[in-house]
Order: sequence, then structure tokens, then C-alpha cells
Amino acid sequence: MKTFKIGGVHPQANKLSAGQRIQQVALPTQAVILLDQHLGAPATPIVAIGDSVKVGQLIAAPTGFMSANVHSSVSGTVTKIDTVTDAWGRHSPAITIDVEADHWLESIDRTPEINRICRLSKEEIIKKIQNAGIVGLGGACFPTHIKLMPPPGKIAEVLIVNAVECEPYLTCDHQLMMEHGEEIFIGISILMKALAVQKTLIGIENNKKDVIDYFQRLANRHFGIEVVPLKMCYPQGGEKQLIDALIGRQVPSGALPIEVGAVVQNVATTFAVYEAVQKNKPLIERVMTVTGKEVKNPGNFLIRFGTPLMAAVEMAGGIPENTGKIIGGGPMMGRAYMNTDVPASKRTSGLLFMPEQDSLREEPQNCIRCGKCISACPMGLEPYLLTNLSERGLYNDLEKNGIMDCIECGCCLFSCPSHRPLLDYVRQGKATVGGIIRARNAKK
Amino acid sequence: MNQLIVSPAPHVHNSDSVAKNMYSVVIALVPAYLAALYFFGLGALLVSLTAVVSCVLFEYLIQRFLLKTKPSVWDGSAILTGLLLAFNLPSNLPIWMVILGALVAIGIGKMSFGGLGNNIFNPALVGRVFLLISFPTQMTTWPRPLGNWGLASYIDAETAATPLAMMKGGLAEMPSHIDLLLGNTGGSMGEICAAALLLGGIFLLCRKVITWHIPVSILLTVALFTAILHFANPTVYASPLTHLLTGGLMLGAIFMATDYVTSPMTFWGQIIYGVGIGILTVVIRTWGAYPEGMSFAILIMNAVTPLLNTYIKPKRFGEKRKKEN
Ligand code: SF4
Ligand code: SF4
Repeated sequence: MKTFKIGGVHPQANKLSAGQRIQQVALPTQAVILLDQHLGAPATPIVAIGDSVKVGQLIAAPTGFMSANVHSSVSGTVTKIDTVTDAWGRHSPAITIDVEADHWLESIDRTPEINRICRLSKEEIIKKIQNAGIVGLGGACFPTHIKLMPPPGKIAEVLIVNAVECEPYLTCDHQLMMEHGEEIFIGISILMKALAVQKTLIGIENNKKDVIDYFQRLANRHFGIEVVPLKMCYPQGGEKQLIDALIGRQVPSGALPIEVGAVVQNVATTFAVYEAVQKNKPLIERVMTVTGKEVKNPGNFLIRFGTPLMAAVEMAGGIPENTGKIIGGGPMMGRAYMNTDVPASKRTSGLLFMPEQDSLREEPQNCIRCGKCISACPMGLEPYLLTNLSERGLYNDLEKNGIMDCIECGCCLFSCPSHRPLLDYVRQGKATVGGIIRARNAKK
Repeated sequence: MNQLIVSPAPHVHNSDSVAKNMYSVVIALVPAYLAALYFFGLGALLVSLTAVVSCVLFEYLIQRFLLKTKPSVWDGSAILTGLLLAFNLPSNLPIWMVILGALVAIGIGKMSFGGLGNNIFNPALVGRVFLLISFPTQMTTWPRPLGNWGLASYIDAETAATPLAMMKGGLAEMPSHIDLLLGNTGGSMGEICAAALLLGGIFLLCRKVITWHIPVSILLTVALFTAILHFANPTVYASPLTHLLTGGLMLGAIFMATDYVTSPMTFWGQIIYGVGIGILTVVIRTWGAYPEGMSFAILIMNAVTPLLNTYIKPKRFGEKRKKEN
């Protein structure tokens, strides 16, 4: 079975919510729509207080090249345009809408029929995706239309669909694939047209046998799409690792996947593309997982952006008694929330409740030079060394030792028997070195 | 629900720990320890208990009163050092020498560098080589293996030459391979039974405490090197199999050279280290003044380890491709 070549670890999968049907979260009375739901600059509001808006209406436009449209996910009246505190205590610009009824824009096709035929040109498709405010739903929230326009001189050869979902606990992609497989395949065909590629590889981790079977049947009916089961190993779904596993090419340090002819899209993104292009529906909702060992009914929930996350949590049985930590995303790369009074956004792939006893790290001991962090690192780095150099502030050496290659997957810290806070230091060093590199490039 | 805990990712751990690794090695030593008790009886028991207790005690005292740090004796590393030290001693060594060896192993070999993780040389070997140089007679007189869990074996034991010493004196009276495999031969208490040591090694490999790189590269190098010598002149040089089964080779390759702290961390670093130990061992065994070269070979390569860690880098992701272009 295919897999990436260097490093990797095997965390317990704990897919507690696997097989749970997607449930719709009820509309809130007030929706808080964040304007920085994507990588890049926050969008600029184009509505004013007092305006009434419909579901799917554009309410904020991109600020510059690296940014994305934001649409209203509810209908009602704009009551506030200001900043709110997000899950990590940062201030984030947002539009608050008091919800009245559920009126959608007429242009949006809300029928359940599957619309298979797409006669649009490449440019029209990309335009529609851009207008719909679609971003990568795998976590980074990179605006999708930018990925579909390779820089001059670079040619996309293959589309890679990331359906790995290697993060423990999360099942939102898995369930979406089981319930909307046909739409996903249409979305993929549309993306193939937009990229003018003849070939798509869908990488799925081998623990999702049901999806693999189902998708292999669907693939027989679609030209050029191949389903590839991948060995269970974290981070199989890391962009560079996935490309390596599927086409055996390693993206060089500092380069983008297009360098080796690949464009990677998350599977949930392909579904959003289907809805945008075939149904005229902008990105206003997503599926998220609410889970945890003590959560009463772990499940997968379709939630409109702007809905308080707690609404989904209530449906899963509420916050467990002995919760010590709440994580946005999975346990390997997710971020611990400081504040749970926050709305859903394009970024929210899941909410994981960790019981108190699992929430604290063990006390670090001396490095015993066992080299386990080196064998675990999927980028072939020496995390113990990066940590050491970062502690001592030796930024030149950090750069030479490849700190910018670190994908922050957490494999090093996960496997260190001495519980050294490796990634904490690596992250710090990486931020500083990144700043130095940017400053250096700016001077040139 | 109390205050939320906020810490950076990852939020899970594979629950490996220093102590788990150390105790796994201790468990892996059990078969060889049983063999030692069987062949050397009371002596083996006395020497090993003394070594372990003194190592733990010295570590505790030094941390508590000299360094004034929190004692960490329960991480198992001091117990392991004591056990490994004992395994490298004759089972009839006077107790006070064992205690002295433990003091040198822990005090000089480990604590003077700053404790676990900072030492350059394998502490048990530092202790052993110190004793070997200070008390060459006692350290090279081994009791005859009795093989009856003998209680009387400590004091008046008959002595026996080790196979390696016999090798130096010509190959006439070498014990059979079966005896070597099972441990029915003279030698330090823990090194004699190759089969038991191999068993422990397999356990460590399965538990992923050690990787194959170091032991396999040592054993292969020794086998290859001695095969060449043996092929050139079979009357002077012993066969590879004899070499593999005798002296501290198995103990060293599986348990001493694989010590995390003092061995290299990368794939090629470990291979070079293993090959180095293999070559040095054969050279010392064949042409050196001592019959056994394992301890010295490991200590020499321990000294090279920081260099290997600095210059032998793992293969970075995407690196090969860069060269192709
Ligand atoms: S977080 Fe960075 S340094 Fe650590 S294993 Fe992942 S890529 Fe390597
Ligand atoms: S895994 Fe931890 S103890 Fe082992 S070398 Fe890396 S930092 Fe040191």
C-alpha cells in the first residue's frame, strides 16, 4: 500500500463519531460572521448597519489578491460591524446579523436534484468558485481560486484530492463522502476542467474501507479519477506527504506543489465547488465533528457560519463535566480554545473535548538523545537540534538546518520519551527565522 | 468545568517515557541474568545486587547533596547502569571493588557530565574500564561456570580462562559453539550466554526500544572481518561464529552500544558507529594487549558520537530531487 517515505507516527484514531449521519444545526437568533475566515487579508464589509440581507448574499469583498469573499449565511438585519474576540483571544472583524426567517437568494438552486452537466468554460468555473468565497476546508483556508491559476510557466498535471483525514477523532470528511459521494465526483470533474488536467488521484486512508469501496464504484463511472487507499500513518494528509505517497514526487524545500505538477484540494472543498458551480450556492456552511471521549453523542453537524459553536455542542450532549481542554480541529494540529463563545467559520473542522486527566502535558526531562524525534519527523529534520538552537537563538543555524521546512505536524513532540516541548520551540524559531527571511527579501 | 487548559499542539502523546525505555532494557536483561545465576550462583547475585544498589544510592546522594537537584533515580537509568556494570564483571570480584566501580560509573561516568542525557561515555563501561585498569588481575580471573545455581561459588571458586584468552594462546582448547551459545564458559557474569542475550535483543527490537542499525552493523562487521582473517589463516584466527559467540560481543552490541545517550541518532551515524565498533573490537582482540576489545571499542566510538551527530544528517524531504535537477 502506498505511503509517504520519511518518518510518521501512529496516533490512536479514536474516530468516535464515525458513521454518524450529518445533522443540521438549527438557525441561531443572531449570527456573527467573521471576516477573516481565510488565509490572507480579512474581507472588507460592503453592507451597512440596518441593511437587510438574504442567505447567500455577498456581505464582504476581498481585500487585495490574497483574500476571499464572505457571504451571509442567514437572512435578517445587519446590527453590528465591529470586532469580536475569537477562540484564541484575538480581535477579529465581524458582521453581526439578527436573524429573521430564512430567505435565500433566488439564484441559488435549493432542490436536492443532482446536477451533473457543466458546460462552463475554465475561466467561468474559476470565476464562480472565486465569487462563492471558496477556501480550502482542510484547515489552512487557502483561497481555492488562487490554487486553480498556476503561475506562468507552471503546468498542472494531476489533481490530488485529499480525503485522508489522518487527524485522530475527526470524521466530518468521512461522513460527507459517504453522504455526498456523487456530488464530490462532479465537483472533482469540474476542478479537472478548471485545471485542464486529465487525471485525478483521491487519497484515502485505509481505515475508511466503506468510502474506499463506494468511491471505487463511483470512479468506474468517471473518466480519469482514481481512488488510492493509503497506509494508516500520520501525517498522510500533509500536503507534501500526500503528493509523495500518490505520485512519488517530493516537493522541494520552499516550493509549492505546482512545482511537481500537482494541485491538492481537500475533499470537502470539492463538494463546495460542486455546490457553487452547479447550484450557485456560495460557501455559507460546512460539516464539523463534535467529539471527545466523554462527549455523550459524538457526531457530525452541518452548521451555518456565524452560528455559535455551542449550538452544535448542545446537539452532541453538551460540554462534558470534566473537560480540561477544548481543541479546535484534531489533537495533532488543532489549537486549544481560550474562549468557546465563538461562531462557526470556514475554519471549524471540529471541536474536541479532552478530559482533564488527558489535558496536561507530562513534565519534560533531559533529552536522552534517543533520536526518536528524528525518526518521527516526516520532513527529515532533527527536532531536538532545532529545539536546542531555537532555545539559544541561533537563527542562522536554524535556517541551515531546515527549520522553514517544518510542517508543524507534531510528530516530534508526540514521540519524545522525555516529553520535551520540541514543537513549541521549533514554532518560535520558525516564526523568527521566517521574519528574518522576509526582511531580507524585502531589502533586495 | 474549571479554567480551560490552553497549550500548543500536539495534544496527544504516544505515552512513551524515559522510564519505560529503561525498564524495558532491564526486562530484556532478565534471561541473561538468569543464565548468570545458573552458572555462577551466589557470586552473580552478590555482585549484581551490590552494583545496582550502589549505583542507585550514589546517584541519589550526588543529586540530593552535591548537585541539589531533584533526585531522578526512579527513571530506571541508574538501575540499568548498575545491572550493566555487574554484567561486565567477573562474578567473584571483591564487593568493595564493585562499589568502587559503581562510584566511578555514576560519579564520573554520568553525574560529572550533568546527569542522564549529557554524558559522553557509557557510564557502565567507564566503571568497568576503570576497574580493569586498576585491578587487572582480579578483573581477568573468572570463576569456572558450575551450572548448579551454586551457593558456594563466590569464595573458593576454581578459575577458568575465557575463550578469548584461549584464542590468544592458540585455538587448541576452545569450547564448543553450543557451550558458547548457552553460556557454559568462563567470562564476565552477564556476557556468557549468547542465546539469552539474543532473546533480550529481540524483545527490545519488538518493543521498538532499539533499532536494528547498531547491533546488526556491529555483528556483521565482526563476522565479515573475522571471516577474512579466518579464511587467510584458519590455524591462527578463530572462525567468525566463535568470535560472534564469545566475550562481550553480544552484550556489547545489543545492550551497551545501543545506549541512547552515547550512540548516534541518525541512520548513517548509527551504521558508521556500528562498523567502527566492529572493526575496533576485532583489531583489539586480534592484535591488542587485551583479549577482549568490546569495551574499549565502544568507548572510543562513544567519543566519536558527538561528531557523527553533528555531521551525519538525516535525509531531508525533497533533498534527492534537488540534486537530480
Ligand atoms: S513538527 Fe516540524 S520538526 Fe516536528 S516532526 Fe513535524 S515537521 Fe518535523
Ligand atoms: S525524542 Fe526527545 S529525548 Fe529523544 S532525541 Fe528527540 S528530543 Fe531528545
